[in-house]
Amino acid sequence: MLQLEGIGKRFGGLPALDDVSFKVPRGQVTALIGPNGAGKSTLINCVSGILQPTSGQVTFVRQRITGEPAHRIARFGIARTFQNIKLFPRLTVLENVLTGLTCEGGQSMCMAMLRLPYLRHRERRLRLRAMEALDRFHLTDKANWPAEVLAYGDKKRVELARATVGNPQLILLDEPVAGLNAEETAAVAEQLKRLRIGGYTLLLVEHDMELVMDIADQVVVLDSGRCIATGTPDEIRHNPLVLEAYLGRMDATA
Amino acid sequence: MGVKNQNGRLSTVVTTNERKMTSKQKLLYFIYLHRTGLAVTGLSLVLLVYPLFQDNPYNLGLSNLIAIYVIVVLGLNLFIGYAGQISLGHAAFFGLGAYGSAVGTVTLDLPAWPTMLIVALLVALIALLVGVPALRLSGHYLAMATLGCNIVVHTVMLQWDEVTGGPSGFSGVPPLTLGGFAFDDEIRFHYLVWSFALLSLLLCLNLVRSGVGRGLAALAGDETAAAALGVDTRRAKIKVFVLSAAMASLAGSLFAHCYGFVSPDSFGIFTSADMVIMVVIGGMGSVWGSLIGAGFITLLPEWMDIFDSYKDFVHGGILVLVLMFLPQGLITGLLEQIKIKIALRRRKDAAA
Repeated sequence: MLQLEGIGKRFGGLPALDDVSFKVPRGQVTALIGPNGAGKSTLINCVSGILQPTSGQVTFVRQRITGEPAHRIARFGIARTFQNIKLFPRLTVLENVLTGLTCEGGQSMCMAMLRLPYLRHRERRLRLRAMEALDRFHLTDKANWPAEVLAYGDKKRVELARATVGNPQLILLDEPVAGLNAEETAAVAEQLKRLRIGGYTLLLVEHDMELVMDIADQVVVLDSGRCIATGTPDEIRHNPLVLEAYLGRMDATA
Repeated sequence: MGVKNQNGRLSTVVTTNERKMTSKQKLLYFIYLHRTGLAVTGLSLVLLVYPLFQDNPYNLGLSNLIAIYVIVVLGLNLFIGYAGQISLGHAAFFGLGAYGSAVGTVTLDLPAWPTMLIVALLVALIALLVGVPALRLSGHYLAMATLGCNIVVHTVMLQWDEVTGGPSGFSGVPPLTLGGFAFDDEIRFHYLVWSFALLSLLLCLNLVRSGVGRGLAALAGDETAAAALGVDTRRAKIKVFVLSAAMASLAGSLFAHCYGFVSPDSFGIFTSADMVIMVVIGGMGSVWGSLIGAGFITLLPEWMDIFDSYKDFVHGGILVLVLMFLPQGLITGLLEQIKIKIALRRRKDAAA
């Protein structure tokens, strides 16, 4: 569904990504792992259009999306979450989730100012959908709270609700469990599994090996901007290259 | 009942007491559901009867001036509070609207209403031409660019004597008429200008409660996140800028027809700063706050003479204090503090 071919990204002369190629199959969970500074977040930003890759191309459902601005890519049906949560603190939790439906809320400013009946009905439907999404993440009772007072774990869940509410074809998750405790991590893992069963395609950047090995169908390992291995969690676990470059080093420091 | 489920806090009430809502609850729910519409209706009624109780032309003149500023501030608040940008040049658009109407109706002898519309469209076009390059900037740089634009327009008004009348101003702008009915005294003008203000208020309220408005709110919150949600950030900023310029131009036309006289003094950079202060007092991103901000700053010199003589000091002081302690603006800032306090208490209760 998503195909990366020879993606390269340089910041000045410094290569952050170098010739990365892999495929994200539809309906599966692909995990992107690698030590700090391997280029995982850069890769996610290149796919979602926040950064433009310096070489290579990204294809999404047979469409070339390299070079498209971020909002166009979002409209193709690619949603994302951010490593350092980007909620809108001034808006309520419900409104935050509703921003995930921006693409469906109508584009025309004039129509919005007139608030014609069809828009009013659409608004009602969108609100219902947003409430459903909140319900999936057990946040209904906090729907009218300002987002900034939420606890960290709740904020992460609101971001997940916002990313999934628009039924995107592909969800990019940048470290969804970073900073969560074991209990919250288990809850998020449960949600991610449920999303997978619901037919969503996920591309997830994560440090938590346990989570990755638990939910991923395919693991892609990056090291210093290069893709060093691709395979099922089992294959990756026993890949000598990975052990040496990544797990080995972790063992040494642990 | 399905419709009522749209609201989060009340949906729990509705589902547990689905058929047992008392008439009082129903009434409260109706008020809650239609709070915006009811508030606008209430305000319209108050303004409708206001001249019956207040026949002092001076006071009516003040409330008319508030209405004119409300139109500008509503547009500017969309730009500052929703698109998250800054403009220190809206007095330029306000002034272009005023001079456009003055020159159009007196020098060119055109009918007033179409002139108003054409001038607003022309100003929107100018805003587009200014906005496309200027909105690539942000923060201080954008403030400087818009300020510069204001200074250019102000200088042209001062120097282009043959057309604008130069520093002594342009007088003899006729009052607006509607089918032989001239809006030539304060009471008549009250109804005209507040109709425009309420219409703008309603349009802005509609806009911010729509999907487009949420996209704009997202833009003010975080540009990267907004783009990732599908908001075309560059376009949205330009659109709001053009809209706010057109609103300022419309207000300017009303200003010219109301006073019959325009001079460059009314459209300098200090007026622009005052408009920003009005937005800041009312609160960024608060449509209702725009009313309060415009009212407060217009009435401030009336309450105390000292505010009139040292106006710029006082306004500057207010701006600095508000931005230091309540960066979201005075009214919204306070309301938000209260909301957060309530939510935090509820969170504590929930945890206990």
